[in-house]
Order: sequence, then C-alpha cells, then structure tokens
Amino acid sequence: MSQPDRLQVPGGLLLWMNAWFSSVFFMSMFSAELEEAAELLSADPGASTLSLASSGPAGSTRVDLEDEDDFGQESSELLGGEKQTSGFWTFEYYQSFFNVDTVQVLDRIKGSVMPLPGRNFIRHHIRNNPDLYGPFWICATLVFSVAISGNLSTFLSEQGDPRYHYRPQFHKVSIAAVVVFLYAWLVPLAMWGFLTWRQGTERQTGGYSFLETVCVYGYSLFIYIPTSVLWIIPFEWLRWLLIVVAMVISGSVLVITFWPVVCDDTKAAAFTTVAIIMLLHALLAIGCKLYFFQTAVHAVPVIPTAAPNRTTATQQDH
Amino acid sequence: MTDSRGAVCGDGAFPSGTLAFAGLSDVSISEDIPVEGDISVPVGSQNVDDVFSTLDEPVKDTILRDLRAVGKKFIHVMYPKQSSALLRDWDLWGPLLLCVTLALMLQGGSADSKEDGGPQFAEVFVIIWFGSVIITLNSKLLGGTISFFQSLCVLGYCILPLTVAMVVCRLVLLGFTGTISFIIRLIVVTASFSWSVFASTAFLADSQPANRKALVVYPIFLFYFVIGWMVLTFSPSQ
Repeated sequence: MSQPDRLQVPGGLLLWMNAWFSSVFFMSMFSAELEEAAELLSADPGASTLSLASSGPAGSTRVDLEDEDDFGQESSELLGGEKQTSGFWTFEYYQSFFNVDTVQVLDRIKGSVMPLPGRNFIRHHIRNNPDLYGPFWICATLVFSVAISGNLSTFLSEQGDPRYHYRPQFHKVSIAAVVVFLYAWLVPLAMWGFLTWRQGTERQTGGYSFLETVCVYGYSLFIYIPTSVLWIIPFEWLRWLLIVVAMVISGSVLVITFWPVVCDDTKAAAFTTVAIIMLLHALLAIGCKLYFFQTAVHAVPVIPTAAPNRTTATQQDH
Repeated sequence: MTDSRGAVCGDGAFPSGTLAFAGLSDVSISEDIPVEGDISVPVGSQNVDDVFSTLDEPVKDTILRDLRAVGKKFIHVMYPKQSSALLRDWDLWGPLLLCVTLALMLQGGSADSKEDGGPQFAEVFVIIWFGSVIITLNSKLLGGTISFFQSLCVLGYCILPLTVAMVVCRLVLLGFTGTISFIIRLIVVTASFSWSVFASTAFLADSQPANRKALVVYPIFLFYFVIGWMVLTFSPSQ
C-alpha cells in the first residue's frame, strides 16, 4: 500500500502541471481565434464604455464617438499588437496576461461575490483585460483551503473517539489540486469550444475569448474559499445551506455572463447549456464536500449495533 | 582659433576645459597627441580566484568559505534589515540545506499510517521547490525586477525560522503532551511563520511595482502558511 502513496503526490502534481502546460499549448494553437475575438471584443467595449461615460448633447457625443472609436481602434490595435507581435515562446506574451493591479483584482473578486443581474462579469469587470493571476491563485488557495479545512473537520468530528489518532492526511492536497485545476481549465476550454462552434460564422455579438472564459470560471470559484472554511462547523444542515448559497451566488455569476451569448441560440440549446453549467458547478461543490468533509458516520463503531442484537438474543433466549 | 560660440580656444591642440564639448566640432588638432598611461580593467574577485584557483587550497578552506557565506546569510535572515547581501551573492546551498533538514525532520511521524500520513520526503521537496519557482515566476510576470535565482535564494533562506520552529516542535513533543503542547507549538509556528513572511517581504518588496505589492506578497504568505501547516500538524508515531 505504501508504494502507490509515494507515487501519488508526484503523479498528482504532474497531472496538474500537465493541465497547465496543455492549456498553454491549446492557447497557442487557438491564438488565431484569440486574436480575432480579442479585436472584435475590443471594438465593442469602446461603445459600451462610451454609453456610460458620455452624457453631453448629441452633437458632442457623436464627436466623442469618432474620437473614442479612433482611440478604441488604436488601443485595440495596440492590444492586438501586443498579443500578435510576441510569439508564445517569449516572456512578454505571458506578461500580458498579468497586467493587473491590486485594486483591479480586488474589484473583480468583489464582482464575483456580489452578482447583479445587469452586470455581465466579463463586460463590467474584465473589460477586455483578462488576467491569469486571479484564476491561478484562487485555485491554489482553494486547493489548500479545502484540504486543510477537511483535515480540521475530520479532526474535530472524531475527537471524542479515543482510538482516533490525528493524521495530517496530506495526500488529500494532491487530490484536491488535480480536481480543482482540471475543473478550472478543462471546463472553460469545453465551454469556449462549444460556444465558438455554436456561434459559427456570426461573431458580432461576439463570444468570449478563451482567456475571458477561464477568468470568469476562476473568479467564480472564489466564493468556495470562505465556504470551505465555514464547512469546519460540524452541523450538516449548515453545510448544505452553505453549499446552496455558494452555488447560487457562483452559478449566477456564470449564468449572467453566459446568458447573453447563449440566448441567441435555440431555446433548447440555451437552456441545456445553462443547465450543464450549473450542473458541473454543483458537482464540484458537492463532490468536494462529500470527499473532504466526510462526517463521522463510518467511525461509529459496530458495538451499538451488536449490543441490541445481543440484548434481543438474550431476551429471546429468556 | 575660436569655436562657434566665439570664445577663444587655447593655442595648440587642447580646447578649453569648460567649453570642450561646445567647441569640439570646430577644433582641429594640429599635432598628434601621444597618449600615455596604462589602461587596466578593474580586477573583480573572479580574477583573484583565477590567479589563486581553488585547486590550490585545502578542501577544508573551500568548504569553510561556502559555509561561512551561508552562515552570514542565515544571520541576515534572522535579523532582516535593508541589506543587499542576500540578493547580491545569491547561492542555493542554504535553501537546499534547509529543505533537506525540514523534509528529514518531517519524517518519522505517524510511521504506521497506511494512507493518512504526513507529507513524504518527496512531497516536501516538491512543495518547497515548485512553490518557490511558481512564486518567482509570478513576481516576474507581474513586472518585478528581481532575477530568477535571487528570488529563489531569498525564498529558500527565509524558510530558516520555520526550520527552527520544527526543531522546537519536536523537542516540545518529546516533553509535553496534549493541549499544552499544541498551544506551545501553535504559538511557536505562528511566530516563525510571520517572521518568515516579514523577512522575505523585506528583501523582495522593493523590486516590485508599487501598485502590485499585495499581489506579490500574497503567494509568499500562502507558501509559508502551507509549510507552517506541515510543521504544526506533525504528529509523532505512538
């Protein structure tokens, strides 16, 4: 039994490093689509930010439109140029994905925790500047918070048992890492591929680029971090209540983001897509809860069930 | 002869010192000026070593020199101030020594466990080295100016307080049991974890852009938190 243990963590870490590198590979493979989508998207927010900013009379608004459009075109070319001129083998290519400040990251986290029906997370918060910092470190924090909280809750629930000897259960970290990182990279890849396929040739009300999808999924996982810490409290009803609340908040961020893109499609496809998004998210939450936060039902020793048998047997005897 | 500004240059070849640049274009040098003197490149420490190669000295001296450098850096970590010695002469001996010591001391706990044991030796190694690499990549991607190996060196050396805490924890576990030992260990690990974070931030914070400091410090916090968790949850086999 000890041999597989020793291979488990290196295997698990190799798996998620593989997921990381394979997603980078996919990004480079789809870089053509990325650039197109980026340029099309960058044309849009120019108009949307305008509607928020400009409040003058129609004449000046039109003038502003042209100026902003030029500036938007310039900046979109610059942004597109940044992602075009440096190939994926240069360091600057990856540096462009980390172009965020502390304030921006905090603002995005706030937006993922408080979803409002009108605010599309991608349009409102990401605004054509997707980053990889948030998704990666939120996933890493989630991995350790789930593993550590699971360990603590097992310790607290089995504390009364005199035969229980505390174990750090370190192998759960590797399992959590594989699960969380696979979810955070493969599901956005599948979602982006599916949406791009359904969009077909019409990309005006554009779909989202792969990075923006990864961004949304990464930031939507943030609510699970405080939830997993609160799961230490050993009340079942509280845990299920927390799951429901977290799924509602995080799922609504995803649905609000993807609904405008999907609602152009047929009704059946739209509802199926939304249902699958919510289902996968729910599976992640419930799976984490069931695996890492096992209640002490199994630890109750066999003695109580044997005792009634013995007493009934003795009663029957007598 | 006068230069373009109208001032009088010196006779002969040398233009006047204060207007040297202004008038140089108009100055024609009539004689060849012999240049004298030595041009010597300032000799760095490597040249000294080349002249006196380490093959000529006893092995004890070579080893002691490296050990003294490592020891000096340990002192810099324990009393972190704005010195650049850790950054300038980086080496990875210290981090390797600390990593191996920590991983060895985390063994021998719950040895009878089949599955739910503490971290294996390889797990500790992987966490420390992969964690340092990822944090360094993160700070470089966010625009930090520190070099790759300097950052690895700083992060590795700042594990020293946690290694000291591990030694203290093992001693406490020999002497005390139960809640008292847990409270003592918790206090020691918390103190050393905050010392590690403070020390590494003192060395690394200056090389980051001002509006992204928190983004760089948070992964370091997470890294030392995980190592502190491994130290705290070490439970000896019964």
